[in-house]
Amino acid sequence: MFKSIVLVKQVPDTANITGKVMKDDGTVNRSMLPAIFNYEDKVALEFALQIKDTYGGKVIAITMGPARAADILRECLFMGADEVYAISDRKFAGADTLATSYVLSEAIKKIGDYDFIFAGRQAIDGDTAQVGPQTAEKLEIPQITYAEEILGIKDGKIKIKKKIDGGYEIVQCKMPVLITVLKGAAEPRPFQAKRIMAYKGAKTLTELEKLTEGNSLLYVDTMKHEYEERNLFIETYSADDLKVDESRCGIKGSPTKVHKVESVVLSGGSKELIEPTRDGMGILIDKLLEDRIF
Amino acid sequence: MHKNEVWVFVEQRNGKPADVSFELLSKGRKLADSMKGVLKAIVIGHDVKGIATETFKYGANEAILVDHPDLKLFRTMPYTRIMNDLIKQHNPRIILFGATVYGRDLAPRVASNTKSGLTADCTDLKISDVKYLGKDYPQLLLQIRPAFGGNIVATIITPDVHVQMATVREGVMEMHPCEKPFPVKITEVAYKPIDIDGILEVIEQHVEESKVNLKGAPIIVAGGYGLGSKENFKLLHDLAHVIGGEVAGSRAAVDAGFIGSERQVGQTGVTVRPKLYIAVGISGAIQHRAGMQEAKKIIAINTDPDAPIFGVSHYGIVGDAAQVIPLLIETYKNKLK
Repeated sequence: MFKSIVLVKQVPDTANITGKVMKDDGTVNRSMLPAIFNYEDKVALEFALQIKDTYGGKVIAITMGPARAADILRECLFMGADEVYAISDRKFAGADTLATSYVLSEAIKKIGDYDFIFAGRQAIDGDTAQVGPQTAEKLEIPQITYAEEILGIKDGKIKIKKKIDGGYEIVQCKMPVLITVLKGAAEPRPFQAKRIMAYKGAKTLTELEKLTEGNSLLYVDTMKHEYEERNLFIETYSADDLKVDESRCGIKGSPTKVHKVESVVLSGGSKELIEPTRDGMGILIDKLLEDRIF
Repeated sequence: MHKNEVWVFVEQRNGKPADVSFELLSKGRKLADSMKGVLKAIVIGHDVKGIATETFKYGANEAILVDHPDLKLFRTMPYTRIMNDLIKQHNPRIILFGATVYGRDLAPRVASNTKSGLTADCTDLKISDVKYLGKDYPQLLLQIRPAFGGNIVATIITPDVHVQMATVREGVMEMHPCEKPFPVKITEVAYKPIDIDGILEVIEQHVEESKVNLKGAPIIVAGGYGLGSKENFKLLHDLAHVIGGEVAGSRAAVDAGFIGSERQVGQTGVTVRPKLYIAVGISGAIQHRAGMQEAKKIIAINTDPDAPIFGVSHYGIVGDAAQVIPLLIETYKNKLK
């Protein structure tokens, strides 16, 4: 029986930028990008679910983000997570990886003991791969990054195959340990129809408040109680709940600052156009000979 | 006053130094010069005094050497502890790491412990005086990288912390041996194992010498998602074979499984500077351009006349690769063989 906590993140779908989200000046309208479940985090969840399938135990998914990030927590429930937590507060906004890992580590401490923490290697909106190791450091536990395969768990140690530059390593580590998982490591299981039916109505407090807009606070409280009874209430941890040091959260707690941002305007137009014909290719090769390329 | 120190973590694998570390030393030398500081190489491993000596070729003023049999293979816990202790003792201003698997394992953990700023996968680094929120900060490290799916280029600074860290991919910076190296000065620092260092054991390690040498290839034929299939990549192999080049791909092509990740060109792959780069079916996102725009000549082949790749190309061909490439091969053979 092992308990796993999985760190998941909702990200803007930066990989699929279509004309619709481009502004007239050629830059991207970020608010138009669809929000998706960071794929490597889904793979991390799959790792945790596989451990539960084999050894028994429990899988908990947590996400730090704005209110709408509850979408991916519901998706975690659809895949098989036992419990999910939203970590959300205006005070957490604008966090870099250092501030994010601080809040995540405090949330994990509040959730309690665990054998494993899983996370995707990196999120596609920043590609930094920093939050995993920084969370492990704050929890004072070891880490295995770039995991490709779980080879077994025995005597309180997990054996993992992990990628390194130009090859791989087989490592064995005492638990608890934080493991970051690579894209190809496992195929995330599809949402299960039964679980979708059971959990599609799961809601955070913020979502319940929206649902009951215009009604009294008392009514929200009744609703909350009812959702809890039906196991559909998604707990949210705020800065107060976690008793965090606010100077280490959000923008305040982030040493990295964006000094300057230049939107990339991608323009076309070659210096020289070559016809896609036999004659064109002849001209091109002559030019390359002139350039002393060949 | 304490001299501004620029450090480079010199990565070694099985006693061999990683190229990226020497590239970073070359860049670190320039950064140190522009802030009148010193460049130090941090070498951790076993039997690696040779590597420490080699760092002076690339501009080090001093090498800090931590040599112990237990440090032969990279392991997060002892390497992190060594770096943390050294940083707390010497308080450097800048630390550069290769954005390798080991570098990306180590750097964030060290940054977390020392509460330093860290920017991943920088494509450029500069020293500059900065005015930020009305305050003057002399000689900050500008950490420049594409962000947000390559739709913006961000300059990141860490004004309020002393230690500024960055990781950089292999090939992004150029390796320059020094004309007048400083005299070798190696400072050995002892390592004493503690229990937690052994919490993770490396049971096996398999490393294959890479057969791919994109960085050294004079001609690269690269394909993108626009090629549509792995089968269509065969065209590129044919062309590369005839004109004597290596085949590469964009991240989208790698993600789609058209080509292996060891052949990825771009910000999160390899940066190349060949004499000829042929981009086929590559739209030309900034992350890709960051990895190839310094090629001497660039040919872009794309069906979309508005593809941004044309903006960095010297010769543009609007057309279908399936027709253009066979023509190009045929014409090349006729003219040159």
